[in-house]
Order: sequence, then C-alpha cells, then structure tokens
Amino acid sequence: MSKLSIHDPTLRDGNHAVRHQLTAEQIALYARAAEAAGIPTVEVGHGNGLGASSLQVGLSLLDDATMICTARENLARTKLGVFAIPGFATVDRDLRPALDMGVDVVRIGAHCTEADITQRHISYVRERGKEVYGILMMCHMAPQETLLEECRKIESYGAEGVVLMDSAGALLPSDVTARIELLVRNLGIPVGFHAHNNLGLAIANAMAAAEAGASILDGCARGFGAGAGNAQLEVLVSVLEKAGYTTGVNLYKVLDLGEVAEQHLVTSMPSIKSLSIVSGLAGVFSGFAKHVEQIALEYGVDPRDIFFELGRQRVVAGQEDRIIETAEALRAAKGNRP
Amino acid sequence: MQTERLRVAILGSGNIGTDLLIKVLRSPHLDCALFIGRRLGSPGMAKAMSLGVRVSDQGIDAIIREPDCCDLVFDATSAEDHKRHWPVLDRLGKIAIDLTPSRVGAMCVPAVNLEACMDCRNLNMVSCGGQVSVPLAHVLGNVFGPLEYVEVVSTIASRSAGPATRLNMDEYVLTTEQGLLTFSSARRAKAILNLNPADPPIIMQTTVFARMPQSDLTRLALAVDLMVDRIRQYVPGYQLIVPPVWENGRIVIMVRVQGRGDYLQRFAGNLDVINCAALETAEAFAQSRSRDRDEVKHACRS
Repeated sequence: MSKLSIHDPTLRDGNHAVRHQLTAEQIALYARAAEAAGIPTVEVGHGNGLGASSLQVGLSLLDDATMICTARENLARTKLGVFAIPGFATVDRDLRPALDMGVDVVRIGAHCTEADITQRHISYVRERGKEVYGILMMCHMAPQETLLEECRKIESYGAEGVVLMDSAGALLPSDVTARIELLVRNLGIPVGFHAHNNLGLAIANAMAAAEAGASILDGCARGFGAGAGNAQLEVLVSVLEKAGYTTGVNLYKVLDLGEVAEQHLVTSMPSIKSLSIVSGLAGVFSGFAKHVEQIALEYGVDPRDIFFELGRQRVVAGQEDRIIETAEALRAAKGNRP
Repeated sequence: MQTERLRVAILGSGNIGTDLLIKVLRSPHLDCALFIGRRLGSPGMAKAMSLGVRVSDQGIDAIIREPDCCDLVFDATSAEDHKRHWPVLDRLGKIAIDLTPSRVGAMCVPAVNLEACMDCRNLNMVSCGGQVSVPLAHVLGNVFGPLEYVEVVSTIASRSAGPATRLNMDEYVLTTEQGLLTFSSARRAKAILNLNPADPPIIMQTTVFARMPQSDLTRLALAVDLMVDRIRQYVPGYQLIVPPVWENGRIVIMVRVQGRGDYLQRFAGNLDVINCAALETAEAFAQSRSRDRDEVKHACRS
C-alpha cells in the first residue's frame, strides 16, 4: 500500500470562508480534535498567509502571533504549519517570529509562474532547520512544462516538496493527472496537490493527483475553505483508504473532526454556489468570492460579469483591488447603455 | 542664459541604469560623463556605446580612479552594493541618488519633498511603488490629518521584474512602508506587491487604501487631482484611473503608470517612475547649482 501525507489547512483556507474572523477558541478546539485524529500537519493563519491581514484581501480578527500561539498550545504530535506569500510576508517581520513561536512547517507560495520570489524565504526556513515546501498557486494558469520549470527552481532552493494549488478550482481530473505525472517523473522531491471544489471536482482531482503519484494531499474538514471550499478532508481520507492508500489518519476521529468543524467553525456549509462555479469557469482565485459578492451589491452590477471580466484580464491572487475597478467600469458601461 | 550642465555618472548598467541613461541624455541640465557597469558585453553597455557615451566596466573603482569626472552619481546597482558605495562617494564629495532599496540616504519623493532634499547629499528614491503611492498617501494625511492606517498594493508585469526585484521583495515591502510612514503621518502602513505574468504584459497599477469612516471626499478629490498634475510634470505616464471612492470602511484610490518606453517597454511603468523621479531630482540639483553660481557671480560684480 502506498503512503500519502495529509496536510490540513482548515484553519487557514477556512479563514477565507469567514472573512478571516476565526477566533482563538475555534482554533484551539479544532487543533485539539485534529491532534486526536492523527492529522500530520495543521496549517493556521489568515487565508492568504502570514502578514496578509489587509484592506486588500481582508483584515484578520486575530493577529498572526495569536493564531500561531493558540494552535501551538493545542498541538503536540501534529505539526504546526503556516503559509506565506512573498510580497505579503517578509522574512524579518513575519517568518522569523513565526518560527520563533514554534512553527514546524512553512509553505511558501507564489503565483505559478513566479517561483523565484520564493528563493529567499525558502532558504531562510531551511537555515532555521524547519520543514519547508514551495507552493505554486493558480496552477491552471500555466502549461505543465512551465510548472515543471518553476518546480525545478523550488527544488533547487532546498524545498522538501512542491504543492500545486488549483486555487480557482478550475482544473479537470485529466489536467491534474497530466500536471502531477510530469512533476513526479521529473522531480526528486515529493509532489502535492491542493484542490478547490468550484466545479465539484475537488475529491476527484485529489484522487487523480494521488493516482498520478502525488504524495501530499490537502484537505479541509467539511471542505471549509475559500469559495466552494476545498477537498473535504473526511471524504478524502475515506476514499484514499478505500483505494488502498495509507494516510495514518484515524477514520472515526477524522469523521469526528468533520463534526467539530461543522459545529464550531462553519457559519454556512461550503456548497457550490452559482458564483463559485463562475469563479471556477473564469479561472479566478476562489478567495475573491466574498469581495466580489459585496462589491457587486454596492455597485449594482452582476457579480458573474465581474468574475468573467477578471478572468479575461487574467488577474492573479492578491489583485483583489481590481474588483472595484472592474465593478466601476461595468457600472459605467451599464449607465451608458440606451 | 546658458546654464552649465551638471556632470553625472550612472553606476549600474542593468535595465534601470540604461533607461536612466536615455533620460539623462535628453535632459538639458545633465551631462552623462560616465556609464559604469561590470561587463562590457552586457546589453546596457552595448546600448551606451551605441549612443556614444563613455563607458567603464570597473564598477565604483572607475569613480575612485577619476574622481573629478562627475558631481553626482546615480546608483542603480543593488541595496548591498550601495551600502559599500556610499562611504566612497561621500569621501569623494559626490551627491548620490540611490535607486536601490538600501534605505541609506534620506527618502526623496519629488512631488512631496524635493526642496528639502536639496540640502541632502545622499537621496534614496524609496521604491517604484513608493514613488507612485507616497504622494497620494501624503495627500490623504494632509486632508484628513494623521491616518490610523494606510495600505498600498502594486501589481507589476512579471516581465518588468528583473532578478534583483525578485530577490528583494522584502526590501521592496519594508522600504515602501517606511516611505509611507515618513510622508503620510500614518500610524501604521502596509505595502503589498504582486507580479502578474499576463501576456500582453499588464501596465503597472497601484491602489492606495486608507481605513476611514464614511467621509466627504470632495476636498480629497481636488487635492488628489492637484497632486496627480504635479506628478505628471515629471512622470508623463502617471494616470488616475479610480478617483477617491469610499467603499466598505476604506478609501480607495487607483492609479496606473505607463512608461515612456525609453529603454524599457511601456508596460514597465514601475521602472520608468523611479527613473523619472531620480531624473527630476538630479535636474533640481543642476538648477540649484547654477542658481548658486549666478548668485556668487552677482555678489562679485556688486
């Protein structure tokens, strides 16, 4: 039986679903339940990672230090992870204190064509002797040959693995298979996959990744994550076991973990809202959904038009300011119509 | 009246240095005495030679060997290099205009503090996003008084971000934040930088946010217009695309900067803007020197 490592970003990606308002009590409760279930790594933080609390992508209820320390106090065997995107997070202001507070695993993210901005951050975590992974976000936006080239850079910086994020939930299973196969064949480090469910394919895509040789899979309890949510952790663990993979996660306890998330974290159960489908079709970052909804309302324009227009402009994660500009342009165009 | 041109050297023959060279050659106030790189074969050096500019591949040593060649040095190398260069330039009595995020010299944003800068001998041009956003943050502070929080997000085309920019994301963030704090009277500041690989490349764009209860934006809109006009005098491609709006507890202002397309392509407004600011500053030094000289002449005659 082949072994797969489960990575659980419920307390980070899930923060997108509640406008980054997770409380310390919620973090503590979930971390304890994840520990009990034998989850290898729990990732905590603002949806966009360290240093990302901002007017651009949303202000966080808690600061990074509180989130990290709260999770730290409630984890023992389960490793504590954080996510960081250079351009938001810096080594001195964000990574150094996070590691000082006892973070075990750091994942450094960049848009899928920009891996070289992760070099310094990856090197720093390596120097501190902690586990570090490179993440390519929005991986539907580049051909697989480009992804391989970018992953090779990440490998050369000393990362222990690379993870492709389908941040817009835009990939089909066959796309995932092709991408992951190419990476697994050509890289000397483990390859992972992070799915989103905009098109209802999160579990299917995660399974496709596993079949193609991925050895790290992300899943969130009840799918709690940006937009339509992520691959649902309890389902993922169950189908992986059924397909003959070992995850080391306790089935009953991970099922309980789903209940904990539903009762204590989730305000509205992740479901594939019509707008999330559009986000997936347009290939726009799932984290945009809440902002698009609100701004469309304020400007009196169709949120679907905003998503498709943003997709046409090929915006990347972090460009949330374009939503306002686009809404304003759409409103102006509407006003000009006879 | 014929004013004497200020003799300058450009240290660093990368994209920034080469684009700056073309701007200097166009200036009626500056003379490029020396264009300095490390490799005669680099594209920037080739360009300079094709323009008939004297070049050297000796780095800072070129100035040590020939200290009288210039009065002002543009440093377009790297933050680390500038930290080494400044003690040398200081000893030789040169004015330095530093385009790296070294944060060694006083911060200079021409639309905001050019006059005060004439008393300094080492000026730091903050960052590309800083040159674009600091004047707007400054206006926000002027109109509303001390701000609680100001935030700036810039998105640049991937193709306009060279290896130094990519390696120095942290320096960019910290330097831009320092620039915002220095000139906006905000208590806290945050800078964010995105790279976008879209093809054709996107034009540099910057959004300035301030946390604010709903407020009257008439005065702000006027002050922003005035500031934009002032910036456009030395950055022709600077354009207001979303005038101040209030949205969900925040004021939002968006601008776009198209480059002049001198050496770099027009989408690289981020590189153009910092060069335009550096040029404006050097020209101000040139003019202030020739004014000083005129005054001396005047005093002698009388």
